[in-house]
Formats: sequence, structure tokens, C-alpha cells
Amino acid sequence: MKEKFQPRDLSSTGTAALAVVGAGPAGLAAATLAAQLGLDTVLLDEQSDVGGQIYRAITATPVRDRKVLGDDYWHGESLVGAFRRSAARHVPGATVWAISRNTTRQSRGDHEIAYSVGGQAKLLTARHVLLATGAQERPFPIPGWTLPGVITAGAAQILLKSAGVVPEGPAVLAGTGPLLYLLAWQYLNAGVRIDALLETAPPRALLRALPYALDFVRSPYFGKGLKLLRTVRAAVPVIKAVEGLQAQGHDKLERVSYSFRGRTHTIAAQQLILHQGVVPNVNLARAIGAQHIWNSTLDCWQPQVDSWGNTTVAGIGMAGDGAGIAGALAAEHRGRLAALGAAHALGYMDTARRDREATVHRRLLAKATLGRAFFDVLCKAPIEYRRPAGNTIICRCEEVTAVQVRDTVKLGCSGPNQVKSFLRCGMGPCQGRFCGLTVAEIIADELRIPVEDVGYYRLRFPVKPLTLGELASLPQTAASHEAVIRLPADQEIRLAQPEMP
Amino acid sequence: MFRTLDQAQHVLPDVVVEIDGHAVRCREGSSVAAVLFANGIAACRETAVSRAPRGPYCMMGICYDCLVVIDGQDNRQGCMTPVRQGMKIERQLGPRKVRA
Repeated sequence: MKEKFQPRDLSSTGTAALAVVGAGPAGLAAATLAAQLGLDTVLLDEQSDVGGQIYRAITATPVRDRKVLGDDYWHGESLVGAFRRSAARHVPGATVWAISRNTTRQSRGDHEIAYSVGGQAKLLTARHVLLATGAQERPFPIPGWTLPGVITAGAAQILLKSAGVVPEGPAVLAGTGPLLYLLAWQYLNAGVRIDALLETAPPRALLRALPYALDFVRSPYFGKGLKLLRTVRAAVPVIKAVEGLQAQGHDKLERVSYSFRGRTHTIAAQQLILHQGVVPNVNLARAIGAQHIWNSTLDCWQPQVDSWGNTTVAGIGMAGDGAGIAGALAAEHRGRLAALGAAHALGYMDTARRDREATVHRRLLAKATLGRAFFDVLCKAPIEYRRPAGNTIICRCEEVTAVQVRDTVKLGCSGPNQVKSFLRCGMGPCQGRFCGLTVAEIIADELRIPVEDVGYYRLRFPVKPLTLGELASLPQTAASHEAVIRLPADQEIRLAQPEMP
Repeated sequence: MFRTLDQAQHVLPDVVVEIDGHAVRCREGSSVAAVLFANGIAACRETAVSRAPRGPYCMMGICYDCLVVIDGQDNRQGCMTPVRQGMKIERQLGPRKVRA
């Protein structure tokens, strides 16, 4: 016999004044301050522990010698401590896959957040949502970047922080950006050998960055950065202005090849660690419908936000690198500003108090971002590695190549969504995260138009793949169940018959 | 190849998992992908499109190149799944199979 339907206990559908998505510096700081201001706050995060990627595994890292990861990493402890002492609730292992406005009559424009924990889907209703979804590695499409043995610098740091796992055998670091040098420095501290560091920034990058050098010299990055650079350069062979970077090998990485001053060089390698900056994680914000703008200095999309982190969608804020790359220290101050913005929007404080309390965070934010313009220009990803040609794979999931995209544009395809329909690029499980920027740049290149005129993939929920079983496990009300169920004939609901006179 | 640092101090106890039928000792709470790296397995799957070998690339849940079969379930993200005592991990070869 079929079991009678029992509506699930809807107490598993949580409610909150503020829901924060992402437990990196922005999310932790925002949730802590919001809870201190009296907002019932829930922090949802995909990892099993707080910290995000920058402070990954900070509560449990096996790398206990503090000199290895450095003071900037351990600074994360202060954020975690404050968060733990606050009344904010933490939901670990929670993958958020949809956020939509609750359209039922009882709601006051609340947002419904659908997320999964261990394969079980759940709902959270919140009056205000703050996305602190952080950054991801910029795609680095070179020949052979899909070979086993090639990983991102972010991945290398996560392996080090979370498991104390490091390369053994010839290892090469390549690309541009401060993270590459930070990783090299951490590896040296841990006694890991690096065979070469291949810098892809062209010599003219320094010239272009010079106008921004004054702020950089005045910033805390200068002293720290210089020391780190000197340490790495003293211990690792650094080759500058590398062109034509390639990962080679049959079933796995065996060699790295590059050209320097017109001559090709090849080095044996078991690991190639790539990095050319980070870009905002835009999938959730885009699926919600937030407007995005093109940042032509950082060559990436970022959501359009006001000075409190409010996006163009009412009740949805963004803070941290997800709202535009500015680094971990800036992220926590932006998180606090967004918390003040949310508290004000929900009526927990008046405008005067919000503005008064924001002063200190704005000052610290300005201090944390001083000098970044210099980095941003100096470490710009070279066009060669953003707009590949030939048989280089650009969509890792569907194995679509650069020449396929270029040929499709020549046929008349003018936008990423059309290219996606033709070639399937962006249709795999990563949902365009590792090809979206490249496809847009290649289209812009072929059509000789700015990337902002090309646009981006139209992203939809769920923003992470989920099983039908997960979807079916969503809590339901009796009313929602009866709206779609077919009852046995004897229980059929008959429309009231008009009474005979 | 990758190795675990000698100085690594694990706060959680060790567990034993199975990787393609071989018993492997690892730290509870490590991700499946990290355990694969630490045990010299760089390629954890063959792609659905061309059967090319692939391994974890981003380690933060966004590239989906670390897909493996865990306790009989296909398409699990190795980098997002912490190991548990007795877990059976298999490389995912080709497209995921539908089980009746």
C-alpha cells in the first residue's frame, strides 16, 4: 500500500533577518557585526569550516608552524574568534543553489534561499541577503592546461593549508600576480623546492604601473611585498616576460615549454601551478538578476553596488571580492559596511547612526586599498593568455577549443549565449565559471569590439548541479502538495453542484 | 607527485578509505581530492567527451574536474567531500552511469 503523504515539518525551513552566503573575511565580518547589532543572522557556507579560501582551514590546518603560512594568514583567527563569540548561526557544508523573492501573500518581500547540506535540500527565508561569495581564479587557457598535474595557485594553497600537501618532484609556477609570489614564499618556508617561476607580465607592465607607484610606496604592501619578492628571487630561478607558455605531456604533465626573447625553452615538470589573478564569483549574483559592469583595469565583470554593497536587486547586498576584487583586508571592512547597510535597511538603526558607525570602516577600507591600483596594472593578465587561439581548450567541461569559438563567431555568432548553443561551451557542470570570460574576450577579439558590448552567459538557477532526489527533498506544505497531486477517484474533490430549485 | 609535509600535525584521527580497492590511511576531514594527491593520483577521472585523463584543478568546488565515484554514487566533487572511515572512492571513467 502506498504511504499516505505527510507534509514535512516546516520547522526545518529556517528564518532569519539576515542571511550571509560565504564565510570568508567579508561574510565573517558582516555576520559578526550584524549579530552584534541585534539582527538574527545566519551564515551559510559551502565548506565544513569557516575562513573562506584565504583563511582556509584556519581552525584546523595541520601546518602549525606559524612562519610557514605567515601573519597575514593567521590574521584570520581574529575574524573567526569574533564570529564564534557572536550570536550568528553558522550552517557549514551548505551549497546555496537558488535565491528568489517569496511571492506568497504573507511575505513582506522576503527572500527564499534554497540550499543543500549533504544531499538534503533546505529552505531559509531571510528579509535581507548578503552575498560574500568571493573570488575564483581567472581562467588561464594555455595549451595543455587540462593535463593532470596542472593546478591553480589557489588549489596549491588549499592543499597546503587544509592538508599540508605540497609538490614533490619538479614544480614550476607560472603567471602573474601577488598570489604567485606569496605561494612561492610559503613553499620556501615549508622547505618545498621550486624549479622555476615563469613571469608572464610583459616588461612594459612596470612602465604602465609607474603612475600609481606613489600610493603603493606609501602602502603597507610596499615593505612586505619587497621583502617577499627578494626572498623568492634569491631562492628560485625567475624568468620574466615569458611568452608562449605551454603544458606538455601525454596522459599527464611532463614538460613546461615557453619562449623567452624569441627562443623556446623546455623544462621537465611534474607540477605546473598557474595563476593570473582572481575574478569575482558572479554566478549567484547574475542568476539573481543583479546588474554587472565590466572592469577594464581588472578585465572582469563585477556587480554594480553602492557604497553599502547594495546590488541593483532590492534586499540583495554583496561584499568582499565577489563585489569587485580588492583583497582580504578590504573584504572585511566592506563586509562591516554591508552589515551596517543591512541593519539600516531593516530598521535596526537610523541613517545618522549608520553613517556615524561607518566612518571608521570607511577609513580602514581606504587604507586597505591604498596602492592596489599599482598592482592591478602591474599584474594585468597579458592578452595572449586571455584571448587564446588554435586548439587550446577554452571550455574544460565540454572540451571546446579557441579556434572553434573563433570560427563560430566568423559564421555570424555575435554573443556568448549563441556560441553556447552552437558549441556547448558553458553548458557543463562548472556552468561557465572557467570559460565565460575567455569566450567573451575571444568574441570581442574577433569582432573588434569592447568586451562590455559582448556581454556574458545568461545564468540560471540552480547555480550548482543538484540531483532530482535533492530537489524532491525540499520541504513542502500540505497545500503545495495537494496543488499537484492526483487523488484516487473516491476521494476526488467535486466542485459544488448548484442546488436545484 | 605530491607529498604530505613532515611537519604536518593532524588534530583529527586517521581513517582508512579505499581508493580503487586499495586501502589508504588518511586524516579524517581531509578532502577526497587532497587524499588522492597525497597518494600520487593526479588523474581521478576520464572525461565524458573524449575520455581524456583529468585531475582536480581548482580545489574549491568550481571546476568540477575532481569528479569521482564515492560509495557507488557518481559525479561527486572530490574537493568538496571530506573522507570518512570506510569510504569507497573510485575513479570516474567516462560519463556517469545511470543505475536502475
